[in-house]
Amino acid sequence: MRENIEQSLLSSVSRKPGPIYLGVCIFLGLILLGSIAAWIWQIVYGLGVTGMNTPVFWGLYLVNFVFFIGISHAGTLISSVLRITDTKWRRPFTRLAEAITVFSLPFGAMCVIVDLGRPDRLLNVMYFPHFSSAILWDVVCISTYLITSILYFYLALVPDIAICRDVLKNVSPWRRKLYSALSLGWSGTQKQWKVLNRIMTGMSIFLFALVVSVHTNVSFVFGMTTKPGWSSTIISPFFVLGAIYCGVAAMIFFMIIFRKIFHLEMFITQKHFNSAAKFLLALCCFWLYAMIIEHLFGFYHGEESEYHLFMDKMFGHYAISFWVMFACCFPIPFVVLAVPRFRTITNLFIICIVVNIGMWMERFTIIVPSGTHPLLAWGTGSYSPSWVEWSITAGWISGFALFIMIFVRLFPMVTIWEIKEEIEETMHKKDTVTAKEGVGILE
Amino acid sequence: MTRLGMVIDLDKCSACQTCAVACNTENNAPPGTPQEAEESRLMRWLQFLPHFEGEYPHVSGQLTPMMCQQCERPPCTYVCPVSATYPTPDGIVAQIYWRCIGCRYCVNSCPYTMKWFNWWKPQWPGELKNGTNPDVELRDKGVTEKCTFCHTRLQHAKEKAKVEGRGIRTGEYLPACAEACPTNAIVFGDLDDPESEVAQLARDPRAYRYLEELGTKPKVIYLKSR
Repeated sequence: MRENIEQSLLSSVSRKPGPIYLGVCIFLGLILLGSIAAWIWQIVYGLGVTGMNTPVFWGLYLVNFVFFIGISHAGTLISSVLRITDTKWRRPFTRLAEAITVFSLPFGAMCVIVDLGRPDRLLNVMYFPHFSSAILWDVVCISTYLITSILYFYLALVPDIAICRDVLKNVSPWRRKLYSALSLGWSGTQKQWKVLNRIMTGMSIFLFALVVSVHTNVSFVFGMTTKPGWSSTIISPFFVLGAIYCGVAAMIFFMIIFRKIFHLEMFITQKHFNSAAKFLLALCCFWLYAMIIEHLFGFYHGEESEYHLFMDKMFGHYAISFWVMFACCFPIPFVVLAVPRFRTITNLFIICIVVNIGMWMERFTIIVPSGTHPLLAWGTGSYSPSWVEWSITAGWISGFALFIMIFVRLFPMVTIWEIKEEIEETMHKKDTVTAKEGVGILE
Repeated sequence: MTRLGMVIDLDKCSACQTCAVACNTENNAPPGTPQEAEESRLMRWLQFLPHFEGEYPHVSGQLTPMMCQQCERPPCTYVCPVSATYPTPDGIVAQIYWRCIGCRYCVNSCPYTMKWFNWWKPQWPGELKNGTNPDVELRDKGVTEKCTFCHTRLQHAKEKAKVEGRGIRTGEYLPACAEACPTNAIVFGDLDDPESEVAQLARDPRAYRYLEELGTKPKVIYLKSR
């Protein structure tokens, strides 16, 4: 039984990659290379090659920044918060969720670096730090978050790498070396498990605090200015919530793909997806609540620039993007997730894409329209992203997907030891149930 | 303590825009191209805020010369991650071009939209290249810049005063816009010196400041009778 579970969970690692997998990897890699070329173009000619101007000083790059950092919260939420609360359905998802965190964070950070006018002076942030700047807080927060989540991700991976080391005998030598080096001599003794569990619980709590603080800080970059639409108190909780919403959707999206490819239907059942869908539904409702509050205040207190911005978003220049965003974030997911009959895996897959498109657009409708509305009567600005910005956006998304794809080929994408735990628990429960039933019969 | 400030009397201002030309020439702002104008990327430290009242044919218009408002509590300086923009003891909000990383956070946090970003490398066509002001440094692409009350002139005045062993005299140092104004609508000086013209005008009942409600305490004060 034990060997069987291991064999099937390791199939994603042990099987040789097919031509489709290689083709997709090469395709994603080419897009990533293209975007790097676009970035070099931008470095040579200056930020003039983007669509940004006065007064729209921030555009797609910042939208992508918030989006990637948002997606990264899936990992920490699923694996740390749900680990602390011991939620059962999270088990098959944890590894992939953590991988999403670890791989999306660097791309999020890169978005800011791409946005800099002088990326060559990046280290000035270390040489001349100014502690009242929200960007400096971001640097501190995101780098702490990155290091902690890599550690957390790696620690949970150690027992599984040890399994890879012991079970996968006929893989290439460099991979065998990699596994034995990374498994840190794990042998699965009682003591080792005790230490690992203790560290994981401690880190879970720390990471939970980090998740909230990181996205709060991301929102501070906007909220701490005087710009209409940005300067509001709800922006921080709204950002945290939105991050978790799109992060969970991204995680389910990747899970459905890999479950299909690697035939993991046995371990990740409809039941798991059902629970995840309900969780997404709850987030969807919270999102609506925060969205209404945010816009209601802008509209209701009628401050001139804030009101103009509101009207522009609802019925003006940004109306199409706003309402498409709204449809993608609330009514469509709500209907599909709330009606049990619609909650099929195919629908869930589509909904996860829709939610992510919606959340990307949400960041767009937060960042760009505020930029076009200066406080003084300078007139309304306009912004349309250039090909450089679109290329870099496409490149970063492809790069992120590419990293995930390489990862699932090298390491088990489902936490084997947690799945075993789950199976043992269910078997144990079954035993006790039968015993109880037996007692009942006897009585 | 000196607290350099400016009073602009809009009742005297004829909106001739000489100040803007003087500012560009003094501070080496590139003339810009039609393409840059179309993209809304021109470098103009001194701009004219339009204000129109009434409907045709009973329209009245006002062009208000605006530059960095040199706030006493400048929101742009709080957000700079590398302290490239900071308030000097003289009350000028300064900008260090070689330190700026070009994140444009200060530009976004300026409520007056009075900071400028070099989207392209600044260029001067033909002979104009030789006509730049040698006292003022040229900026590179990718950095933010702003009005600093022509701080190089202040430095010159300070050096001269130091050599002669005295303090700076009133009127010895004027920004280019104040110097060029043909109607003397722009008055410049130390707001902390009760004898100075600028301090007296700042107490004028016609005085107002832009976006005062934000608490930025701008040191550019406007005078206008209703």
